[in-house]
Amino acid sequence: MESVKVGMADLAAVKSPNNLTTLGLGSCVGIALYDKLSQVGGLAHIMLPSSEEIKNNSNKAKFADTAIDILLKEMIALGARRKNLKAKIAGGSQMFSFQSKSDVLRIGERNVNATKRKLKELSIPILGEDTGGNYGRTIVLDTSDGSLMVKTIGHGVRTI
Amino acid sequence: MNIDNMNSMLLDVLKEIGNIGSGNAATALASMIDKKVDMDVPQVKILEFKDITDVLGGAEIPVVGIYFEMSGDIDGNIMFILNYESAVNLVNMLFNRANSNDNLEEMDMSALSEVGNILAASYINSLSSLTGMTLKISIPSINIDMAGAILSVPAVEFGQLGDKILFIETQFEEDDKRVAGDLFLIPKIDSFGKMMKKLGVS
Repeated sequence: MESVKVGMADLAAVKSPNNLTTLGLGSCVGIALYDKLSQVGGLAHIMLPSSEEIKNNSNKAKFADTAIDILLKEMIALGARRKNLKAKIAGGSQMFSFQSKSDVLRIGERNVNATKRKLKELSIPILGEDTGGNYGRTIVLDTSDGSLMVKTIGHGVRTI
Repeated sequence: MNIDNMNSMLLDVLKEIGNIGSGNAATALASMIDKKVDMDVPQVKILEFKDITDVLGGAEIPVVGIYFEMSGDIDGNIMFILNYESAVNLVNMLFNRANSNDNLEEMDMSALSEVGNILAASYINSLSSLTGMTLKISIPSINIDMAGAILSVPAVEFGQLGDKILFIETQFEEDDKRVAGDLFLIPKIDSFGKMMKKLGVS
């Protein structure tokens, strides 16, 4: 069994028994998709809500909207069925706060909203969510049962 | 301007900016803790997002980040990062305590914010008096968390323009190596033009 590491603005799809992990999510959102029947899992670590707001958008894994599309394709290529897919999401925190409520500082919340919007559009139900707050998260998707473990510093460990 | 094809002159200018700023910051740190502080030659680093978290020794390492918004002739951010152990040692030195307590209390966090504030202010003050640039920093915002989560904040800023991050990094180290920190100056790419013009380089 191997734990495949997904970096910032990166994504990967694997089949059980391999697991997927991404470390230190801050305002970024980790989007875990899972098909229980084929035991195919996918994980994206997105940084920004929308590829449409940004001119230089060649890295599709960076944005909530385009990353989910690509992840879907890669998972289907590994044998996942679109209608079986379930999602769990984590991250989207606000690490620092300033008085000026600039868009960049609210990026965590915007990332979470954009992710939910996109998943809804694709009719992929969200079964678990651990988002917001002001702390970082490391997540591990277990492709044998679709559970998502969320580890934090000082805010406990939980499985969603 | 694009981060991928930056010329070596610009990189030299950025490095020199780091040099000017961090010399003063190192002196300020030394006088606060009344210890000798060494500083490395600042480095300009351009990294892909996926490699960012390796800078501090791993995405899950607990660090204290003190973050500032910078505005004026250079827009961007300044971030002072200490690993957890260094942060504890630093507050113990400031409060003249024995190294018995490993927890950072609210009072310690406030002291660390202030250290960050003095470092960042001396960095930009020397920069501004030597170059004639107008620079301002915000009040500090502090957090303790995984290195990856802390560094994702400046990364997101760069994510809007490209797939790489640029920062000027200076490492500080107290003589006995009990305190080691990194100061990052993270200029926004769109302020490079203004900055070069102000410095008389084109």
